[in-house]
Amino acid sequence: MNPYALLFLVAGLGVIAWLTGRARAARFGAASKHRLHSLPGQHGLYVAMWTVIPALIFVVAWSIFTPSLATDAVLKAPQASALPMFGYERDAILNEVRARAAGGDYGFYPLAEQLAPVYLQASRFYGWLGTGLAILLAFACGAFAYTRVKADFRARTRVERTVMLALLVASLIAILTTLGIFLSLLFESLRFFAMVPITDFLFGTLWSPQVIDPADPGATLGAVPLFWGTFFIGAVIAMLVAIPFGLMSAIYLTQYARPAVRQWMKPLLEILAGVPTVVYGYFAALTVGPAIRDLAVSLGFTYASSESALSAGLVMGVMIIPFVSSMADDSIAAVPRAMRDGSLAMGATTSETIRRVLLPAALPGVVAGVLLAVSRAIGETMIVVMAASGAANITANPFESATTVTKQIVDLLTGEAEFDSPKTLAAFALGLTLFMITFLLNIVALRVVKKYREAYE
Amino acid sequence: MQKRIRKRYRAERRFRAIGMGAVIVSAAFLFFLLATMIGNGAAGFMRTEVALPIDFKSAPLEVDRAQLGTRGADLALAGAGLENRVKTAATAAFGEKGDELIAENAWTAVRDAIKEDPNLLSQSAHIWVPASSELDAAADGGGEPELRARVQQLRDRGALQSGFNAGFLSRADSTDPTAVGIWGALKGSILTMLVTLLIAFPIGVLSAVYLEEYAPKNRWTDLIEVSINNLAAVPSIIFGLLGLAVFLGTLGLPRSAPLVGGLTLALMIMPVIVIAGRNAIKAVPPGGVFDPATVLPVQIFLWSDEVSRGFIEKTSAAIIVLLAFLLAMNALAIYLRNKFETRW
Amino acid sequence: MTQVDFAEAADVSAIPAQTEAAPKMSARGVNVFYGEKQAIRDVSIDVDMDNVTAFIGPSGCGKSTFLRTLNRMNDTVASARVEGEITLDGENIYDKSMDVVQLRARVGMVFQKPNPFPKSIYENVAYGPRIHGLARAKGDMDQIVERSLRRAGLWEEVKDRLNDSGTALSGGQQQRLCIARAIAVDPEVILMDEPCSALDPIATAKIEELIHELRGRYAIVIVTHNMQQAARVSQRTAFFHLGTLVEYGETDQIFTAPRQERTKDYITGRYG
Repeated sequence: MNPYALLFLVAGLGVIAWLTGRARAARFGAASKHRLHSLPGQHGLYVAMWTVIPALIFVVAWSIFTPSLATDAVLKAPQASALPMFGYERDAILNEVRARAAGGDYGFYPLAEQLAPVYLQASRFYGWLGTGLAILLAFACGAFAYTRVKADFRARTRVERTVMLALLVASLIAILTTLGIFLSLLFESLRFFAMVPITDFLFGTLWSPQVIDPADPGATLGAVPLFWGTFFIGAVIAMLVAIPFGLMSAIYLTQYARPAVRQWMKPLLEILAGVPTVVYGYFAALTVGPAIRDLAVSLGFTYASSESALSAGLVMGVMIIPFVSSMADDSIAAVPRAMRDGSLAMGATTSETIRRVLLPAALPGVVAGVLLAVSRAIGETMIVVMAASGAANITANPFESATTVTKQIVDLLTGEAEFDSPKTLAAFALGLTLFMITFLLNIVALRVVKKYREAYE
Repeated sequence: MQKRIRKRYRAERRFRAIGMGAVIVSAAFLFFLLATMIGNGAAGFMRTEVALPIDFKSAPLEVDRAQLGTRGADLALAGAGLENRVKTAATAAFGEKGDELIAENAWTAVRDAIKEDPNLLSQSAHIWVPASSELDAAADGGGEPELRARVQQLRDRGALQSGFNAGFLSRADSTDPTAVGIWGALKGSILTMLVTLLIAFPIGVLSAVYLEEYAPKNRWTDLIEVSINNLAAVPSIIFGLLGLAVFLGTLGLPRSAPLVGGLTLALMIMPVIVIAGRNAIKAVPPGGVFDPATVLPVQIFLWSDEVSRGFIEKTSAAIIVLLAFLLAMNALAIYLRNKFETRW
Repeated sequence: MTQVDFAEAADVSAIPAQTEAAPKMSARGVNVFYGEKQAIRDVSIDVDMDNVTAFIGPSGCGKSTFLRTLNRMNDTVASARVEGEITLDGENIYDKSMDVVQLRARVGMVFQKPNPFPKSIYENVAYGPRIHGLARAKGDMDQIVERSLRRAGLWEEVKDRLNDSGTALSGGQQQRLCIARAIAVDPEVILMDEPCSALDPIATAKIEELIHELRGRYAIVIVTHNMQQAARVSQRTAFFHLGTLVEYGETDQIFTAPRQERTKDYITGRYG
């Protein structure tokens, strides 16, 4: 059955449940001498919730798992032995099977044409099975709830508690996601470290994933050049751009600019943060990269690349200006006005007040902003993927190419590698490293902000 | 004392100038970026067309007229060798290598013209077909000199025109830059965003309400808050890895489907919605989603690798569409906020 | 010495007999506007070196606003506009040739809520001298800091912990630190805007004692909403009401025999 129709049916059952529950409660109320604890409508709601919610959860879960079950059925069919073991083609054929089962009649693979009816049949079977089970569940739970409706039954509290539970579950998704990220990264990384010793990975200086020696995969999977590149592009070059511009912009906007100017200037700067990173990357590749190469050549560097670290770092720095500016702005504005007045009343100029009183007072907030900006920069993917190359060098020359952790993750995963090779799993190891570093930076930054906020409250 | 005062005032003026300079330069970066994109991309919305004389009267096409009104028209016309006819017509009209002046898929323009007016098959007519990307580049001023000369020739004859490339917004991806369009990616973007919003918005808002209004102050809620703040700052590629490992790997969902993209993006933006939602609350005194598709930013990324010059302007044009889309959404958000914001 | 005639000004009583020296600061016909709203109307007053002058009046009457015109702190508010003439030693302080930075070194200010910088005690006091370049060598600065802290009556309590943070002191000590900070640049006038309203009675008493000691060395103007305090520390009192100067005279006379009806009403507690 069509999942939408099923949902509709369950909803309809819920309405019926509400009506019957309410009616029953009303009967009790009329018959008994005491007043009901909760309104008949709330009793009805209670029955309806029991009818709908378990069935709903079941339907959602079932429809998530049905495609895999149906795919399994396809894989068990005799014709499936002709499928390639892994890779793009396998995925494409399976996709086409699904598309044909959904009603499309246009495709490339004859194999898919054969397998489609199998998928369709399995899918239909599971669909009807799921429908039956869902309806059964709805009835069973609804009946259970119905029997509990009595005069002294505390329906209202139950309903309220369920709503609270739903809200709590929604909030828990955040924890679940964090856990999910950490666990999935950890799991795959452990598989990686079973093949490649962790010391080779963390301290090796040769990164060349195209040539992996099966006997000693760790020899060409040393991530130090990646760590260096990420640091060089993200924490050095980008920050050299973002911190001065961001900080001075914040100072100008909070201390010098007229309120009318600040009102449109601030959103204008924030637009910089809203430009999609892919656009920045394209801009870097199209305009900035070649310009810098020309500059480098004119300065005498003959081996300059148009995919230089400077090009990527510069554009990344521009993107991050609003992050630094925004945090600095908030921190400086949070310094009590009394500080500023006290300094000015002593005959200090505005710049002296800023440099000697406001900035030192706002420093924790500014530092936290910088840390968060660094975290953003080293996690940035799109700009480096488009503007930097894959050359894993360890160089301090900004006109040369360097690569970052994020770009390598992308490179390792696009392509036809199977899921279990050291190459693919290396992406997860890199991801885990990146996650832990940014996590640490964020925690430190948030702690600094928290301590600083306490000082002023 | 006087000298010192003057020095201090000079330092003050310098400082202020640096501050203003920083703001101006930052804004200039933005304008420079936009100007470059628009400059490069405006041409991407235009398309050069050539008037192709084609004669069906003296050399009729072997095709079953009855098929022309049905779904099988495309197949019928293709089967009748329309593509080759168009090529020979081009060579006849423009000389040797004339077929290189028109786009590879130029014959589809003729095909569509015939479908619209089957009487063409008994006439001799001029049909506007898209020019090849080399000719397109030459018409914009680039390319080789001989081609530019050809362009001038054709212009003088009235056989060349530049028109708005409406197909850019309605066609899908292609390897030929003149035939390329962003509709596939645009559709994918819209679908994915729908999924993302449908998932992230309710969960995010409900979480924000719970955390602000109902949650007791204990270790668990502290943990939730810390998780949300950290998630908001996790690099996006980590979410990609998560999506890959969990949605594609463990759950076996189809790759590139808007559902998967939407789910992953929903997880990514949900913390942002929760944080924004909580701040808003604090200010008051108390998806076909299963088929593979692609999204605009990915399309831009894929095209950026293309070597052909024609793709540069198409990519920039796609960027313009993306930016316009985002700016419109931003403007809508600001408008909604201003309209419904009440000052307490 | 010339008798200044205030006959044109509204509702102002006769100025008491002049002392030998010319007034340190003089205001004539001062109006202050915040945008369209007029906060101060036609105020004329003298402040001299030998006497502590108190500004009293109900809250919102403009006494703080007027105080802030004396060191041009109203300049920091974008919508503020000041008309009239205010002179320091005869020079108009709103003249284009007057350097605000130097003016504020000569006319210091202590605020209602103590606002020490988040620096050490030493650095707080040294802030002004550093900016204005008053100390050549480290030894000089040490001397200035000690002298200022002594004059503010804080030296004995903090001399062993000059490197502690200024914000770690008690409320009363912080305010004395702010006074020391103001004194450190050797001003001629000290403006105090309700300096004791955030302090407990013991700290308040200490500050009042301090004001007594500072009298004569600096021209002191103190804004207070506490009439008894005004009676205790000042020799001249000015009563402000709704942005105008109602009466100005010897403190004793104002509190025992006020000439204006409004002054009498305020003194006797008819309105606060």
